[in-house]
Amino acid sequence: MNTNKNSYTFIYASIVVIIVAFLLAFVSSALHSRQQRNIDLDKMKQVLASLNVTGVKDAEATYKQYIVSEQLLSENGAVQTSTKPYQMGGASDDNGCAFKCSTADILTKRPVYVASVDGQTKYVFPLYGNGLWGPIWGYVSLNADKQTVYGVYFSHDSETPGLGAEITNHEKFQVPFGGKHVMKDGRVALSVVKNGNVKDAEYEVNGLSGATFTSKGVSDMLQKDLQAYAAFLSTGTESNQ
Amino acid sequence: MSLFSKQNKEVFTAPLGKNNPVTVQVLGICSALAVTAQLKPAIVMGLSVTIIVALSNLVISLLRKTIPNRVRIIIQLVVVAALVTIVSEVLKAFAYDVSVQLSVYIGLIITNCILMGRLEAFAMSNGPWESLLDGLGNGLGYAKILVIVAFIRELLGSGCLFGYQVIPQWCYNHGYLNNGLMLMPPMALIIVGCIIWWQRAHNKDLQEQ
Repeated sequence: MNTNKNSYTFIYASIVVIIVAFLLAFVSSALHSRQQRNIDLDKMKQVLASLNVTGVKDAEATYKQYIVSEQLLSENGAVQTSTKPYQMGGASDDNGCAFKCSTADILTKRPVYVASVDGQTKYVFPLYGNGLWGPIWGYVSLNADKQTVYGVYFSHDSETPGLGAEITNHEKFQVPFGGKHVMKDGRVALSVVKNGNVKDAEYEVNGLSGATFTSKGVSDMLQKDLQAYAAFLSTGTESNQ
Repeated sequence: MSLFSKQNKEVFTAPLGKNNPVTVQVLGICSALAVTAQLKPAIVMGLSVTIIVALSNLVISLLRKTIPNRVRIIIQLVVVAALVTIVSEVLKAFAYDVSVQLSVYIGLIITNCILMGRLEAFAMSNGPWESLLDGLGNGLGYAKILVIVAFIRELLGSGCLFGYQVIPQWCYNHGYLNNGLMLMPPMALIIVGCIIWWQRAHNKDLQEQ
């Protein structure tokens, strides 16, 4: 067979491409549910991390142990839907499921995870924003008074290692958020300021040196995302529980 | 020729030592720098590259007489890209936390010079069994260097191996500090350079005159 003929080249290339396409489509669909389960388990670990629960071995069991319900809120803070934690077959479509809420819908659907840690209620809110080089995201958990931060978790896609990537550093960047207040006169006052410039320690956290843009990204993300829950948060009181 | 003839053994063992893809052929340096900050991703990367090089060598060698010359490189690329995508999907399904750590770098295996280098230099002109051995040898030679570099970088850069604290606490109490520079890519290049230096000092025939 003359392998240099035009028609041979054309047919050969077409057949190779078609075979490869079928192969990849098959592999992708065969592995899809396993991959989705891994993504779900990772999400559970992130939510738990914002509740300061680490070293999680069985993500699903620990998640169901701490999370009481997953809710979607309306703009005025009322609970629209409330589902048991990680019920796979529960919601017939993803519209009613807070766990499956995509990052694009955080501001419109307002998912919140209601947790119980040592008998005390905590509320976990998802966050999604922009760092310097790519997206950043995380979860912030508030105490039952809906006024003070209990814990945070941040992660990123492509921030600079050693600089912006330090938002994942629990002791250095995440622990200082604990105890900070969130709302002031109806607006989110919780913010990250340039390292060393904290004026109001009740609301402000020190940013990372050398990571100005990423720190500002975290601050903007907190303000934009938590503002969507303003009505819900304003029903909280200063006294605990 | 028999399966494990002297020539075939040479094909397999040469890339592990005197024809190492990283230190002698100087291929695949980029990923050798990028994923070696810790041992676990380095091992996964080494295994992934070994599997991909071996399988793509095998497939291309089986197809070598049918590939039209004009689209030779493109067909090789398609085969490699398909294999890398499959490996990436399998990792996401079965080893999710490692696949997140390796993220972009698995996809970048497609651009790893070792692959195209071995396909063109060996698989296009040798039989399937020899090509498989060559692929395995080169992959393992690459993995060997990655593991050595990652071992040094993780041990000296974070005091851990596989994420477990190895340097005892009393060292830190007496003023020992982790070498942060070890976690940055330039240090990997320096370590590879040192390995090349050591290898040439012990191997007279690698020394240029």
